[in-house]
Amino acid sequence: MSPPLAPKLIVTASPHVRSQDSTPVIMWNVVGALVPVIAAAAWFFGVSALLVIATATLGALLTERAIGRGGTVADGSAMITGLLLGLSLPAGLPLWMAFLGGAFGIGFGKLVWGGLGQNVFNPALVGRAFLQAAFPVAITTWPVPGGGFWSLKGDLFAFPFTHPSPDAITSATPLGLLKFEGKGTELMHLVFGDTGGSLGETAALVILAGGIFLAIKRYLNWRIPAGILITVALFSAVIHLIDPRRPDALFMLFSGGLMLGAVYMATDLVTSPVTNRGRWLFAVGIGLLVVVIRIWGGLPEGVMYAILFMNALVPFINRATQPRVFGTGGRVAA
Amino acid sequence: MTRTGFRHGVHPREEKGLTSGLPIRRMPFPDEIVLPLRQHAGNPAKLCVRTGDHVERGDPVGLADGWVSVPVHASAAGTVTDIGWWPHPDGSMAMSVRIAVDRYAPQVARPRRVPRWEGLSTDAVVRAVQDAGVVGLGGAAFPTHVKLAPPPGVTVHTLIINGAECEPYLTSDHRTMAEYPARVLFGIRVMMHAMRVNKCVVGVERNKPDAIAALRQALPSDLDIAILPLTVKYPQGAEKMLIQAVTGIEVPSGKLPVSVGVVVQNVGSVAAIGEVFETGLPLIERIVTVSGHGLRRPANLIVPVGTKLRDLLAFCDGVTADAAEVILGGPMMGQAQANLDAPVLKGTTGVVVLERHETRLDKVYPCIHCGRCLEACPVFLNPSLLGDFARVARWDDMAEQHLADCMLCGSCAYVCPSNIPLAQMFQAGKLALRRARAGTP
Repeated sequence: MSPPLAPKLIVTASPHVRSQDSTPVIMWNVVGALVPVIAAAAWFFGVSALLVIATATLGALLTERAIGRGGTVADGSAMITGLLLGLSLPAGLPLWMAFLGGAFGIGFGKLVWGGLGQNVFNPALVGRAFLQAAFPVAITTWPVPGGGFWSLKGDLFAFPFTHPSPDAITSATPLGLLKFEGKGTELMHLVFGDTGGSLGETAALVILAGGIFLAIKRYLNWRIPAGILITVALFSAVIHLIDPRRPDALFMLFSGGLMLGAVYMATDLVTSPVTNRGRWLFAVGIGLLVVVIRIWGGLPEGVMYAILFMNALVPFINRATQPRVFGTGGRVAA
Repeated sequence: MTRTGFRHGVHPREEKGLTSGLPIRRMPFPDEIVLPLRQHAGNPAKLCVRTGDHVERGDPVGLADGWVSVPVHASAAGTVTDIGWWPHPDGSMAMSVRIAVDRYAPQVARPRRVPRWEGLSTDAVVRAVQDAGVVGLGGAAFPTHVKLAPPPGVTVHTLIINGAECEPYLTSDHRTMAEYPARVLFGIRVMMHAMRVNKCVVGVERNKPDAIAALRQALPSDLDIAILPLTVKYPQGAEKMLIQAVTGIEVPSGKLPVSVGVVVQNVGSVAAIGEVFETGLPLIERIVTVSGHGLRRPANLIVPVGTKLRDLLAFCDGVTADAAEVILGGPMMGQAQANLDAPVLKGTTGVVVLERHETRLDKVYPCIHCGRCLEACPVFLNPSLLGDFARVARWDDMAEQHLADCMLCGSCAYVCPSNIPLAQMFQAGKLALRRARAGTP
């Protein structure tokens, strides 16, 4: 009998097989699910949208490349951060600011914590919070959608540290209109997205479709968006009932960054709880905070701060919702 | 939750189709067999032969050393050529008896007295099972007779037979039930008699309809034996999962199944007991599934215990060019082999040969806290947190997070998208804690 086997044997610990999903596969699927959202942003805001998103992503990727540990660009998570940050910015934001936001989000939102998996706060939102604090005017200058694909919005190519020239046609977001001028917006405009606002937050339907795709593939946990949206709907419906001048539930659901935040940002695996009970708590907390900030806060929009605040609570939520170990309760032995 | 399953768990590709339809065949005797004295949980057997001795098939080469121990018998007639250290499938070296098999011996065991089970007391049955060297054939190789004699003051009301066979690839239990239902049921009869138990449930995963049908066909009318089809899910065959699926009871953490009045035996062990009381032959051969895409001719084989893996694979026409990993047992909990001179043991359920692309990736990503491991863990631990502790050697924190309840089933590591070897880390944690408790560095 001839020797049956080549001499080189792999010896690994059990289990010797694994499921097909890997961390890069999950991340790149999320990137894929963002493509329609980016396309919608381009549809409404033209080439400016693509420029802002690309620059923010470039900032994120270059920072990951420069200070991240080797080869981490390929895992796709910095790509997600950059795209999400870009989608949360207005179309006319000077590009150098978008780049800076991406770099800051990755650098201070992720890498200083120890890289992928270690950060407490969503890096894209850290980047956006930085921009909000640093450039409060530029980041709340909302160009109106439309006007031809190749028309540039705002002052994209402003040099750093100059005042952008505010000559473009701008408008307030539906939430801003409501808050500061007391005007409502037609629901249909909100659902289809032809309103002022950040690049990726206007097309609610496209965002929902991407979320459903990811939920079916189990790349995001449906409990988080479901919990956030249900909480916002119920809470704002109750408030609307008590005081009809307050916005109704549908307006709250489809305006501002709620969809983008609930589907793509709150569901970030790294910065959301690991237990299902924890996910519900996390989602309800975000939903409540969003409504509280929008209605009683000084800002028209509160999704970003609501998520960041709940991010900070995730370690505590995880600890409080530890699963009950098998055989420590439940049905007692007969 | 239904009464035929458990919560959580995973669904690895079954791959049982490679061998599930193949009848059990007998493998010819190899030229040499190697019998480690340590093939079971508990004390290794005490050597009772010397180099140069001639042994018949079924003669003991090692005797039981105490209560939790069983003898080891020669699986072929031949001459003891050497007694010394030999590669053991667990990766260590073990004191082993090498026997050059007689080429021209008829390989018929010495005539022996077949114990008549009907009149025997519990003690006598237990002794006969121990003398025959029967151990759990599901992989753990715990001496079977110990489970037949529960400690005083404990009543066992249900005997559960584990025919779940939830590991991918393996079909040895499946074929045993489908081809030898009468022997399985006879073994159950002996056990119920010995343990004075009136109720028995055989749990079989639903993916083995022919086994379920064969057992049902052969059911005796005078015994309360139920055949229960179970949810197809890994690790359905884990003792605690099986008990929950059958009775709905969670065995309390840290307790044995007897604490809830249940004893679980593997279906292969039951068949082995049946064989002991049919033929008088001790446990010297077993049914092994040899399978995997890296193997040329998968098969279900009756293999003499002590057959070297090299000979076994050669009998199956060898492996393909891309074969890369040889696993003793199933791919979820089995042991990868570094040396094909290691022999088949009593507890060897199967040998699986994986091709290179089927093995685990080299690259490990950081934990992204996706929580999939929490949804996979059948005993509801937090593998993600345990893994964080293991990485920095915080063994005491792991113990506090119920590491002791971990069965090392590998479900967490199976689903981990970051390819983190969680089960391996938990095994390291268990080992470190055991050493710390024993006071050895």
